[in-house]
Amino acid sequence: MSASAARGQAIRSNLIKIGAVTRFLLRVLGQALPALSRPRLLIEQIYNAGARSLVIIMLCGLFVGMVLGLQGYDLLARFGSESALGVAAALGLIRELGPVLTALLFAGRAGTALASEIGLMRATDQLTAMEMMAVDPVRYVVAPRFLGGFIAMPLLTAIFDCIGIYGTQLIGVVMMRIPTGTFWSQTVNAVELRDIREGVIKSLVFGLACSLIAVYEGYYAEPTAEGVGLATTRTVVTSAVMVLMLDYVLTAAFL
Amino acid sequence: MSDRTEVSSQPPLIDVQDVHYAVGTHSVFSGLNVRVAVGKITAIMGPSGTGKTTLLRLIMGQIVPQSGRISVFGQDVGALKRRELYALRQRVGLLFQNGALLTGMSVFDNVAFPVREHARLPEPVLRKLVLMKLQAVGLRGAAELMPSELSGGMARRVALARAIVMDPEVLLYDEPFVGLDPISKGVILRLIQSLNKTLHITSVLVSHDVQEISAIADHTYLLSSGVVVADGNPAELKQDASAVVHQFMTGAPDGPVPFHYPAADYNAQLLER
Repeated sequence: MSASAARGQAIRSNLIKIGAVTRFLLRVLGQALPALSRPRLLIEQIYNAGARSLVIIMLCGLFVGMVLGLQGYDLLARFGSESALGVAAALGLIRELGPVLTALLFAGRAGTALASEIGLMRATDQLTAMEMMAVDPVRYVVAPRFLGGFIAMPLLTAIFDCIGIYGTQLIGVVMMRIPTGTFWSQTVNAVELRDIREGVIKSLVFGLACSLIAVYEGYYAEPTAEGVGLATTRTVVTSAVMVLMLDYVLTAAFL
Repeated sequence: MSDRTEVSSQPPLIDVQDVHYAVGTHSVFSGLNVRVAVGKITAIMGPSGTGKTTLLRLIMGQIVPQSGRISVFGQDVGALKRRELYALRQRVGLLFQNGALLTGMSVFDNVAFPVREHARLPEPVLRKLVLMKLQAVGLRGAAELMPSELSGGMARRVALARAIVMDPEVLLYDEPFVGLDPISKGVILRLIQSLNKTLHITSVLVSHDVQEISAIADHTYLLSSGVVVADGNPAELKQDASAVVHQFMTGAPDGPVPFHYPAADYNAQLLER
Protein backbone atom coordinates (compact mmCIF):
# COMPACT_ATOMS: atom_id res chain seq x y z
CA MET A 1 0.00 0.00 0.00
CA SER A 2 1.37 3.41 -0.92
CA ALA A 3 1.95 6.03 1.75
CA SER A 4 -0.91 8.20 0.55
CA ALA A 5 -3.31 5.24 0.48
CA ALA A 6 -2.30 4.35 4.04
CA ARG A 7 -2.85 7.95 5.11
CA GLY A 8 -6.25 7.93 3.42
CA GLN A 9 -7.13 4.72 5.23
CA ALA A 10 -6.08 6.19 8.57
CA ILE A 11 -8.12 9.37 7.99
CA ARG A 12 -11.11 7.28 6.96
CA SER A 13 -10.96 5.06 10.05
CA ASN A 14 -10.58 8.12 12.28
CA LEU A 15 -13.61 9.75 10.68
CA ILE A 16 -15.61 6.56 11.20
CA LYS A 17 -14.58 6.56 14.88
CA ILE A 18 -15.57 10.21 15.29
CA GLY A 19 -18.91 9.45 13.64
CA ALA A 20 -19.47 6.47 15.94
CA VAL A 21 -18.65 8.51 19.06
CA THR A 22 -20.96 11.32 17.92
CA ARG A 23 -23.81 8.90 17.32
CA PHE A 24 -23.18 7.38 20.74
CA LEU A 25 -23.22 10.87 22.29
CA LEU A 26 -26.57 11.62 20.65
CA ARG A 27 -27.94 8.31 21.91
CA VAL A 28 -26.72 9.09 25.44
CA LEU A 29 -28.12 12.63 25.29
CA GLY A 30 -31.43 11.19 24.10
CA GLN A 31 -31.53 9.16 27.32
CA ALA A 32 -30.36 12.04 29.52
CA LEU A 33 -33.85 13.25 30.34
CA PRO A 34 -35.11 9.83 31.49
CA ALA A 35 -31.88 9.57 33.52
CA LEU A 36 -32.53 12.96 35.14
CA SER A 37 -35.96 11.71 36.19
CA ARG A 38 -34.22 9.11 38.37
CA PRO A 39 -32.37 11.29 40.84
CA ARG A 40 -31.24 8.37 42.99
CA LEU A 41 -29.20 6.79 40.19
CA LEU A 42 -27.77 10.16 39.19
CA ILE A 43 -26.82 11.20 42.72
CA GLU A 44 -25.07 7.86 43.17
CA GLN A 45 -22.99 8.55 40.06
CA ILE A 46 -22.19 12.15 41.05
CA TYR A 47 -21.00 10.70 44.35
CA ASN A 48 -18.90 8.07 42.56
CA ALA A 49 -17.31 10.45 40.07
CA GLY A 50 -17.21 13.53 42.29
CA ALA A 51 -17.05 12.80 46.00
CA ARG A 52 -14.73 9.83 45.54
CA SER A 53 -12.31 12.00 43.56
CA LEU A 54 -12.29 14.73 46.23
CA VAL A 55 -9.23 13.63 48.17
CA ILE A 56 -6.95 13.39 45.15
CA ILE A 57 -8.30 16.66 43.71
CA MET A 58 -7.81 18.52 47.00
CA LEU A 59 -4.36 17.10 47.60
CA CYS A 60 -3.17 17.89 44.09
CA GLY A 61 -4.80 21.33 44.21
CA LEU A 62 -2.93 22.16 47.39
CA PHE A 63 0.45 21.12 46.03
CA VAL A 64 -0.08 22.77 42.64
CA GLY A 65 -1.00 25.99 44.48
CA MET A 66 2.06 25.74 46.70
CA VAL A 67 4.37 25.14 43.73
CA LEU A 68 2.79 28.11 41.98
CA GLY A 69 3.49 30.11 45.15
CA LEU A 70 7.18 29.18 45.21
CA GLN A 71 7.81 29.56 41.48
CA GLY A 72 5.63 32.67 41.19
CA TYR A 73 7.29 34.35 44.17
CA ASP A 74 10.76 33.65 42.80
CA LEU A 75 9.80 35.02 39.37
CA LEU A 76 7.89 38.07 40.60
CA ALA A 77 10.60 38.97 43.14
CA ARG A 78 12.98 39.54 40.23
CA PHE A 79 10.74 42.41 39.14
CA GLY A 80 9.96 43.54 42.65
CA SER A 81 6.28 42.73 42.29
CA GLU A 82 5.83 39.91 44.79
CA SER A 83 2.53 41.38 45.88
CA ALA A 84 1.01 40.28 42.55
CA LEU A 85 1.57 36.64 43.51
CA GLY A 86 -2.09 36.10 44.40
CA VAL A 87 -3.24 37.54 41.07
CA ALA A 88 -0.86 35.40 39.03
CA ALA A 89 -1.79 32.22 40.86
CA ALA A 90 -5.54 32.87 40.88
CA LEU A 91 -5.71 33.72 37.18
CA GLY A 92 -3.46 30.81 36.26
CA LEU A 93 -5.53 28.40 38.31
CA ILE A 94 -8.99 29.63 37.39
CA ARG A 95 -8.39 30.03 33.67
CA GLU A 96 -5.97 27.23 32.94
CA LEU A 97 -4.49 24.94 35.53
CA GLY A 98 -7.67 24.26 37.48
CA PRO A 99 -9.79 22.94 34.59
CA VAL A 100 -6.93 21.13 32.83
CA LEU A 101 -5.36 19.42 35.83
CA THR A 102 -8.75 18.52 37.29
CA ALA A 103 -9.73 16.96 33.96
CA LEU A 104 -6.48 14.97 33.79
CA LEU A 105 -6.89 13.76 37.37
CA PHE A 106 -10.56 13.02 36.72
CA ALA A 107 -9.65 10.91 33.68
CA GLY A 108 -7.15 8.96 35.77
CA ARG A 109 -9.42 8.44 38.77
CA ALA A 110 -13.08 8.55 37.75
CA GLY A 111 -12.70 7.95 33.98
CA THR A 112 -10.82 4.68 34.41
CA ALA A 113 -13.28 3.55 37.09
CA LEU A 114 -16.21 4.25 34.75
CA ALA A 115 -14.62 2.53 31.75
CA SER A 116 -13.60 -0.57 33.68
CA GLU A 117 -16.95 -0.83 35.49
CA ILE A 118 -18.98 -0.63 32.28
CA GLY A 119 -16.46 -2.84 30.45
CA LEU A 120 -16.73 -5.50 33.15
CA MET A 121 -20.52 -5.31 33.00
CA ARG A 122 -20.18 -5.98 29.26
CA ALA A 123 -17.73 -8.85 29.83
CA THR A 124 -20.00 -10.52 32.42
CA ASP A 125 -23.10 -10.25 30.19
CA GLN A 126 -24.80 -7.79 32.55
CA LEU A 127 -25.44 -5.28 29.76
CA THR A 128 -26.75 -8.02 27.48
CA ALA A 129 -28.96 -9.29 30.31
CA MET A 130 -30.47 -5.80 30.61
CA GLU A 131 -31.14 -5.69 26.87
CA MET A 132 -32.81 -9.09 27.12
CA MET A 133 -35.00 -7.78 29.96
CA ALA A 134 -36.01 -4.95 27.61
CA VAL A 135 -34.06 -2.39 29.63
CA ASP A 136 -31.85 -0.09 27.54
CA PRO A 137 -28.39 -0.20 29.16
CA VAL A 138 -27.63 3.22 27.69
CA ARG A 139 -30.50 4.63 29.72
CA TYR A 140 -29.88 2.67 32.91
CA VAL A 141 -26.08 2.40 33.02
CA VAL A 142 -24.45 4.84 30.59
CA ALA A 143 -26.54 8.02 30.80
CA PRO A 144 -26.45 8.41 34.62
CA ARG A 145 -22.68 7.81 34.65
CA PHE A 146 -22.11 10.25 31.82
CA LEU A 147 -24.24 12.92 33.50
CA GLY A 148 -22.63 12.22 36.87
CA GLY A 149 -19.17 12.89 35.43
CA PHE A 150 -20.37 15.93 33.50
CA ILE A 151 -21.90 17.48 36.62
CA ALA A 152 -19.02 16.53 38.91
CA MET A 153 -16.26 18.06 36.77
CA PRO A 154 -17.06 21.79 37.26
CA LEU A 155 -17.63 21.19 40.98
CA LEU A 156 -14.27 19.45 41.30
CA THR A 157 -12.61 22.21 39.30
CA ALA A 158 -14.04 24.87 41.62
CA ILE A 159 -12.71 22.98 44.63
CA PHE A 160 -9.31 22.51 42.94
CA ASP A 161 -9.14 26.28 42.26
CA CYS A 162 -10.05 27.24 45.83
CA ILE A 163 -7.60 24.83 47.44
CA GLY A 164 -4.92 25.87 44.92
CA ILE A 165 -5.30 29.55 45.79
CA TYR A 166 -5.19 28.61 49.46
CA GLY A 167 -1.92 26.72 48.76
CA THR A 168 -0.41 29.78 47.11
CA GLN A 169 -1.54 31.88 50.04
CA LEU A 170 0.21 29.48 52.42
CA ILE A 171 3.50 30.07 50.60
CA GLY A 172 3.03 33.79 49.82
CA VAL A 173 1.52 35.04 53.05
CA VAL A 174 2.60 32.55 55.69
CA MET A 175 6.09 31.75 54.39
CA MET A 176 7.16 34.72 52.30
CA ARG A 177 5.39 37.33 54.46
CA ILE A 178 3.40 39.10 51.75
CA PRO A 179 0.80 41.14 53.71
CA THR A 180 -2.53 39.28 53.83
CA GLY A 181 -4.51 42.38 52.84
CA THR A 182 -2.35 43.03 49.78
CA PHE A 183 -2.50 39.41 48.67
CA TRP A 184 -6.27 39.09 48.86
CA SER A 185 -7.32 42.57 47.74
CA GLN A 186 -5.18 42.37 44.62
CA THR A 187 -6.47 38.91 43.87
CA VAL A 188 -10.12 39.88 44.32
CA ASN A 189 -9.67 43.01 42.19
CA ALA A 190 -7.90 41.26 39.35
CA VAL A 191 -10.16 38.25 38.89
CA GLU A 192 -13.07 39.17 36.67
CA LEU A 193 -16.24 37.38 35.81
CA ARG A 194 -14.93 36.52 32.34
CA ASP A 195 -11.99 34.65 33.92
CA ILE A 196 -14.39 32.57 35.96
CA ARG A 197 -16.56 32.07 32.88
CA GLU A 198 -13.56 30.80 30.91
CA GLY A 199 -12.76 28.31 33.65
CA VAL A 200 -16.35 27.12 33.96
CA ILE A 201 -16.81 26.65 30.22
CA LYS A 202 -13.52 24.77 29.96
CA SER A 203 -14.45 22.48 32.82
CA LEU A 204 -17.85 21.78 31.28
CA VAL A 205 -16.28 20.92 27.91
CA PHE A 206 -13.64 18.75 29.56
CA GLY A 207 -16.32 17.10 31.69
CA LEU A 208 -18.29 16.22 28.58
CA ALA A 209 -15.22 14.93 26.74
CA CYS A 210 -13.78 12.88 29.62
CA SER A 211 -17.12 11.35 30.64
CA LEU A 212 -18.04 10.56 27.05
CA ILE A 213 -14.68 8.91 26.32
CA ALA A 214 -14.90 6.83 29.50
CA VAL A 215 -18.44 5.52 28.94
CA TYR A 216 -17.82 4.96 25.21
CA GLU A 217 -14.64 2.96 25.77
CA GLY A 218 -16.31 0.92 28.52
CA TYR A 219 -19.48 0.26 26.53
CA TYR A 220 -17.63 -0.91 23.45
CA ALA A 221 -14.85 -2.76 25.29
CA GLU A 222 -14.00 -6.26 24.05
CA PRO A 223 -15.73 -8.59 26.54
CA THR A 224 -12.44 -10.07 27.79
CA ALA A 225 -10.02 -9.25 30.61
CA GLU A 226 -7.59 -7.87 28.06
CA GLY A 227 -10.33 -5.84 26.36
CA VAL A 228 -11.37 -4.18 29.62
CA GLY A 229 -7.73 -3.38 30.41
CA LEU A 230 -7.25 -1.86 26.97
CA ALA A 231 -10.44 0.19 27.30
CA THR A 232 -9.17 1.61 30.60
CA THR A 233 -5.81 2.53 29.09
CA ARG A 234 -7.43 4.10 26.04
CA THR A 235 -9.69 6.15 28.31
CA VAL A 236 -6.73 7.81 30.04
CA VAL A 237 -4.67 8.35 26.89
CA THR A 238 -7.53 9.65 24.73
CA SER A 239 -8.88 11.85 27.53
CA ALA A 240 -5.47 13.42 28.20
CA VAL A 241 -4.85 14.17 24.53
CA MET A 242 -8.38 15.49 23.99
CA VAL A 243 -8.25 17.72 27.08
CA LEU A 244 -4.97 19.33 26.01
CA MET A 245 -6.14 19.78 22.41
CA LEU A 246 -9.49 21.21 23.44
CA ASP A 247 -7.70 23.45 25.94
CA TYR A 248 -5.67 25.00 23.12
CA VAL A 249 -8.79 25.54 21.00
CA LEU A 250 -10.76 27.08 23.89
CA THR A 251 -7.89 29.28 25.06
CA ALA A 252 -7.42 30.57 21.52
CA ALA A 253 -11.14 31.27 21.32
CA PHE A 254 -11.23 33.17 24.62
CA LEU A 255 -8.19 35.40 24.04
CA MET B 1 -44.17 -40.15 16.59
CA SER B 2 -47.20 -38.60 18.32
CA ASP B 3 -45.03 -35.72 19.44
CA ARG B 4 -44.13 -34.76 15.87
CA THR B 5 -47.76 -34.74 14.83
CA GLU B 6 -48.52 -32.41 17.72
CA VAL B 7 -45.69 -30.07 16.75
CA SER B 8 -46.91 -29.73 13.20
CA SER B 9 -50.64 -29.42 13.99
CA GLN B 10 -50.33 -26.21 16.06
CA PRO B 11 -48.85 -22.92 14.93
CA PRO B 12 -45.39 -22.85 16.49
CA LEU B 13 -44.57 -20.19 19.08
CA ILE B 14 -41.07 -19.79 17.75
CA ASP B 15 -40.47 -20.58 14.11
CA VAL B 16 -36.97 -20.51 12.66
CA GLN B 17 -37.20 -20.84 8.88
CA ASP B 18 -34.25 -21.47 6.61
CA VAL B 19 -31.90 -19.23 8.59
CA HIS B 20 -28.44 -18.51 7.24
CA TYR B 21 -26.03 -16.78 9.57
CA ALA B 22 -22.30 -16.24 9.22
CA VAL B 23 -19.68 -14.36 11.23
CA GLY B 24 -17.23 -12.99 8.69
CA THR B 25 -16.40 -15.94 6.45
CA HIS B 26 -17.32 -18.54 9.08
CA SER B 27 -20.78 -19.95 8.43
CA VAL B 28 -22.69 -20.74 11.65
CA PHE B 29 -26.07 -21.71 10.19
CA SER B 30 -26.79 -22.74 6.63
CA GLY B 31 -30.51 -23.32 6.31
CA LEU B 32 -31.61 -23.91 9.89
CA ASN B 33 -35.22 -24.88 10.60
CA VAL B 34 -36.52 -25.15 14.18
CA ARG B 35 -40.09 -25.00 15.46
CA VAL B 36 -40.99 -24.60 19.12
CA ALA B 37 -44.44 -25.80 20.08
CA VAL B 38 -46.61 -23.98 22.63
CA GLY B 39 -46.37 -25.31 26.17
CA LYS B 40 -43.66 -27.85 25.40
CA ILE B 41 -40.05 -28.27 26.46
CA THR B 42 -37.95 -28.12 23.31
CA ALA B 43 -34.26 -28.87 23.51
CA ILE B 44 -31.57 -27.71 21.12
CA MET B 45 -28.56 -29.98 21.38
CA GLY B 46 -25.30 -30.28 19.58
CA PRO B 47 -21.55 -30.35 20.07
CA SER B 48 -19.79 -27.24 21.42
CA GLY B 49 -19.36 -24.56 18.80
CA THR B 50 -22.42 -25.47 16.72
CA GLY B 51 -23.99 -22.10 17.44
CA LYS B 52 -26.59 -23.08 20.04
CA THR B 53 -26.16 -19.85 21.99
CA THR B 54 -26.10 -17.93 18.69
CA LEU B 55 -29.53 -19.38 17.96
CA LEU B 56 -30.87 -17.94 21.25
CA ARG B 57 -29.37 -14.56 20.36
CA LEU B 58 -31.10 -14.74 16.99
CA ILE B 59 -34.43 -15.62 18.61
CA MET B 60 -34.07 -12.67 21.02
CA GLY B 61 -33.30 -10.32 18.13
CA GLN B 62 -29.87 -9.42 19.45
CA ILE B 63 -28.37 -10.38 16.11
CA VAL B 64 -30.06 -10.59 12.72
CA PRO B 65 -29.63 -13.47 10.23
CA GLN B 66 -28.27 -12.79 6.75
CA SER B 67 -31.28 -14.58 5.28
CA GLY B 68 -34.26 -16.55 6.49
CA ARG B 69 -36.97 -15.62 8.95
CA ILE B 70 -37.36 -16.01 12.70
CA SER B 71 -40.81 -15.43 14.06
CA VAL B 72 -41.73 -15.31 17.74
CA PHE B 73 -45.43 -15.00 18.64
CA GLY B 74 -45.97 -14.62 14.89
CA GLN B 75 -43.77 -11.51 14.68
CA ASP B 76 -40.74 -11.36 12.41
CA VAL B 77 -37.98 -10.62 14.93
CA GLY B 78 -35.52 -9.29 12.35
CA ALA B 79 -37.98 -6.66 11.13
CA LEU B 80 -38.92 -5.23 14.54
CA LYS B 81 -37.94 -1.72 15.67
CA ARG B 82 -36.14 -1.39 19.02
CA ARG B 83 -39.35 -0.43 20.84
CA GLU B 84 -41.28 -3.39 19.39
CA LEU B 85 -38.39 -5.72 20.10
CA TYR B 86 -38.30 -4.57 23.74
CA ALA B 87 -42.07 -5.16 23.98
CA LEU B 88 -41.55 -8.69 22.67
CA ARG B 89 -38.66 -9.34 25.06
CA GLN B 90 -40.94 -8.57 28.02
CA ARG B 91 -42.85 -11.73 27.09
CA VAL B 92 -39.71 -13.86 26.86
CA GLY B 93 -37.36 -14.80 29.71
CA LEU B 94 -33.75 -15.72 29.12
CA LEU B 95 -31.57 -17.58 31.57
CA PHE B 96 -27.91 -16.88 30.92
CA GLN B 97 -25.27 -19.56 31.23
CA ASN B 98 -23.49 -17.63 34.02
CA GLY B 99 -26.65 -16.07 35.47
CA ALA B 100 -25.54 -12.54 34.46
CA LEU B 101 -26.82 -11.07 37.73
CA LEU B 102 -26.22 -7.36 38.23
CA THR B 103 -23.32 -7.38 40.66
CA GLY B 104 -24.04 -3.98 42.17
CA MET B 105 -27.36 -5.00 43.75
CA SER B 106 -28.67 -7.63 46.15
CA VAL B 107 -30.50 -10.81 45.17
CA PHE B 108 -33.82 -9.16 46.04
CA ASP B 109 -33.09 -6.09 43.90
CA ASN B 110 -31.90 -8.27 41.03
CA VAL B 111 -35.20 -10.12 40.94
CA ALA B 112 -37.15 -6.89 41.40
CA PHE B 113 -35.17 -5.12 38.66
CA PRO B 114 -37.33 -5.97 35.59
CA VAL B 115 -40.54 -5.17 37.49
CA ARG B 116 -39.20 -1.84 38.73
CA GLU B 117 -38.21 -0.97 35.16
CA HIS B 118 -41.45 -1.98 33.47
CA ALA B 119 -44.26 -1.66 36.00
CA ARG B 120 -45.13 0.79 38.72
CA LEU B 121 -45.97 -1.56 41.55
CA PRO B 122 -46.32 -0.32 45.12
CA GLU B 123 -43.28 -1.46 47.11
CA PRO B 124 -45.22 -3.85 49.44
CA VAL B 125 -46.78 -5.62 46.42
CA LEU B 126 -43.42 -5.81 44.68
CA ARG B 127 -41.88 -7.24 47.82
CA LYS B 128 -44.48 -10.01 47.99
CA LEU B 129 -44.04 -10.79 44.30
CA VAL B 130 -40.25 -11.02 44.56
CA LEU B 131 -40.41 -13.16 47.70
CA MET B 132 -42.84 -15.52 45.96
CA LYS B 133 -40.51 -15.94 42.99
CA LEU B 134 -37.54 -16.47 45.31
CA GLN B 135 -39.56 -19.01 47.26
CA ALA B 136 -40.27 -20.84 43.99
CA VAL B 137 -36.54 -21.32 43.44
CA GLY B 138 -35.91 -22.02 47.13
CA LEU B 139 -33.85 -18.90 47.84
CA ARG B 140 -36.20 -16.66 49.82
CA GLY B 141 -33.68 -16.79 52.65
CA ALA B 142 -30.93 -15.44 50.40
CA ALA B 143 -32.83 -12.28 49.42
CA GLU B 144 -30.40 -9.91 51.11
CA LEU B 145 -27.20 -11.57 49.87
CA MET B 146 -25.07 -10.00 47.15
CA PRO B 147 -24.35 -11.97 43.92
CA SER B 148 -20.69 -12.35 44.96
CA GLU B 149 -21.85 -14.34 48.00
CA LEU B 150 -23.73 -16.95 45.94
CA SER B 151 -22.53 -20.30 44.61
CA GLY B 152 -22.84 -21.02 40.87
CA GLY B 153 -26.02 -23.04 41.32
CA MET B 154 -27.59 -20.40 43.57
CA ALA B 155 -26.75 -17.63 41.11
CA ARG B 156 -28.47 -19.55 38.35
CA ARG B 157 -31.56 -20.06 40.51
CA VAL B 158 -31.68 -16.33 41.30
CA ALA B 159 -31.36 -15.62 37.58
CA LEU B 160 -34.23 -18.05 37.02
CA ALA B 161 -36.36 -16.18 39.57
CA ARG B 162 -35.50 -12.95 37.75
CA ALA B 163 -36.39 -14.52 34.39
CA ILE B 164 -39.86 -15.55 35.62
CA VAL B 165 -40.69 -12.45 37.65
CA MET B 166 -42.45 -10.82 34.67
CA ASP B 167 -44.43 -14.04 34.06
CA PRO B 168 -43.03 -14.70 30.58
CA GLU B 169 -44.76 -16.95 28.10
CA VAL B 170 -41.48 -18.44 26.91
CA LEU B 171 -38.29 -19.18 28.81
CA LEU B 172 -35.01 -19.71 27.01
CA TYR B 173 -32.31 -21.53 28.95
CA ASP B 174 -28.71 -21.18 27.80
CA GLU B 175 -26.77 -24.24 29.01
CA PRO B 176 -28.63 -24.43 32.34
CA PHE B 177 -26.64 -27.42 33.65
CA VAL B 178 -23.09 -26.43 32.80
CA GLY B 179 -20.69 -26.45 35.74
CA LEU B 180 -23.24 -27.52 38.35
CA ASP B 181 -22.87 -30.25 40.95
CA PRO B 182 -25.36 -33.15 40.69
CA ILE B 183 -27.63 -31.74 43.41
CA SER B 184 -27.85 -28.30 41.79
CA LYS B 185 -28.39 -29.97 38.43
CA GLY B 186 -31.29 -31.93 39.89
CA VAL B 187 -32.74 -28.77 41.41
CA ILE B 188 -32.59 -26.84 38.12
CA LEU B 189 -34.01 -29.83 36.25
CA ARG B 190 -36.97 -30.03 38.63
CA LEU B 191 -37.51 -26.26 38.43
CA ILE B 192 -37.57 -26.26 34.61
CA GLN B 193 -40.07 -29.06 34.65
CA SER B 194 -42.32 -27.55 37.31
CA LEU B 195 -42.31 -24.11 35.65
CA ASN B 196 -43.33 -25.77 32.42
CA LYS B 197 -46.06 -27.87 33.98
CA THR B 198 -47.49 -25.46 36.56
CA LEU B 199 -47.11 -22.11 34.82
CA HIS B 200 -47.39 -23.56 31.30
CA ILE B 201 -44.26 -21.72 30.24
CA THR B 202 -42.99 -22.85 26.87
CA SER B 203 -39.35 -23.75 27.38
CA VAL B 204 -36.40 -23.85 25.02
CA LEU B 205 -33.27 -25.47 26.39
CA VAL B 206 -29.92 -25.14 24.77
CA SER B 207 -27.66 -27.81 26.17
CA HIS B 208 -25.34 -30.69 25.50
CA ASP B 209 -26.21 -32.69 28.59
CA VAL B 210 -27.80 -35.74 26.95
CA GLN B 211 -29.00 -37.36 30.19
CA GLU B 212 -30.71 -34.30 31.62
CA ILE B 213 -32.32 -33.36 28.33
CA SER B 214 -33.54 -36.88 27.74
CA ALA B 215 -35.27 -36.76 31.12
CA ILE B 216 -37.39 -33.68 30.43
CA ALA B 217 -37.51 -32.66 26.77
CA ASP B 218 -40.67 -33.21 24.73
CA HIS B 219 -38.87 -32.58 21.48
CA THR B 220 -35.17 -32.37 20.70
CA TYR B 221 -33.28 -30.88 17.78
CA LEU B 222 -29.73 -32.00 17.19
CA LEU B 223 -27.59 -29.44 15.40
CA SER B 224 -24.35 -30.08 13.61
CA SER B 225 -22.45 -28.05 11.02
CA GLY B 226 -25.10 -25.36 10.86
CA VAL B 227 -28.16 -27.51 10.19
CA VAL B 228 -30.55 -29.79 12.07
CA VAL B 229 -29.25 -33.33 11.60
CA ALA B 230 -32.00 -35.04 13.57
CA ASP B 231 -35.07 -34.22 15.61
CA GLY B 232 -37.66 -36.06 17.59
CA ASN B 233 -38.35 -37.10 21.17
CA PRO B 234 -35.42 -38.46 23.20
CA ALA B 235 -36.35 -42.11 22.60
CA GLU B 236 -36.44 -41.57 18.85
CA LEU B 237 -33.05 -39.86 18.90
CA LYS B 238 -31.53 -42.72 20.85
CA GLN B 239 -32.69 -45.14 18.17
CA ASP B 240 -31.51 -42.94 15.31
CA ALA B 241 -29.04 -44.90 13.24
CA SER B 242 -27.10 -42.00 11.74
CA ALA B 243 -23.46 -41.76 12.76
CA VAL B 244 -23.60 -38.13 13.97
CA VAL B 245 -26.58 -38.74 16.24
CA HIS B 246 -25.09 -41.96 17.56
CA GLN B 247 -21.77 -40.29 18.33
CA PHE B 248 -23.43 -37.43 20.19
CA MET B 249 -25.93 -39.52 22.15
CA THR B 250 -23.28 -42.04 23.26
CA GLY B 251 -20.47 -39.52 23.73
CA ALA B 252 -18.01 -41.33 21.46
CA PRO B 253 -14.75 -39.34 21.26
CA ASP B 254 -14.26 -39.85 17.54
CA GLY B 255 -16.67 -40.09 14.64
CA PRO B 256 -18.25 -37.65 12.20
CA VAL B 257 -17.26 -34.94 14.69
CA PRO B 258 -13.51 -35.67 14.66
CA PHE B 259 -11.39 -35.79 17.80
CA HIS B 260 -8.61 -33.88 16.02
CA TYR B 261 -8.90 -30.31 14.89
CA PRO B 262 -7.99 -30.19 11.16
CA ALA B 263 -4.19 -30.13 10.89
CA ALA B 264 -1.28 -30.93 8.59
CA ASP B 265 -0.01 -34.53 8.44
CA TYR B 266 1.22 -35.56 11.90
CA ASN B 267 4.33 -37.49 10.77
CA ALA B 268 5.31 -34.84 8.28
CA GLN B 269 5.02 -32.14 10.96
CA LEU B 270 7.10 -34.09 13.49
CA LEU B 271 9.83 -34.90 10.96
CA GLU B 272 10.14 -31.48 9.42
CA ARG B 273 13.32 -29.61 10.26
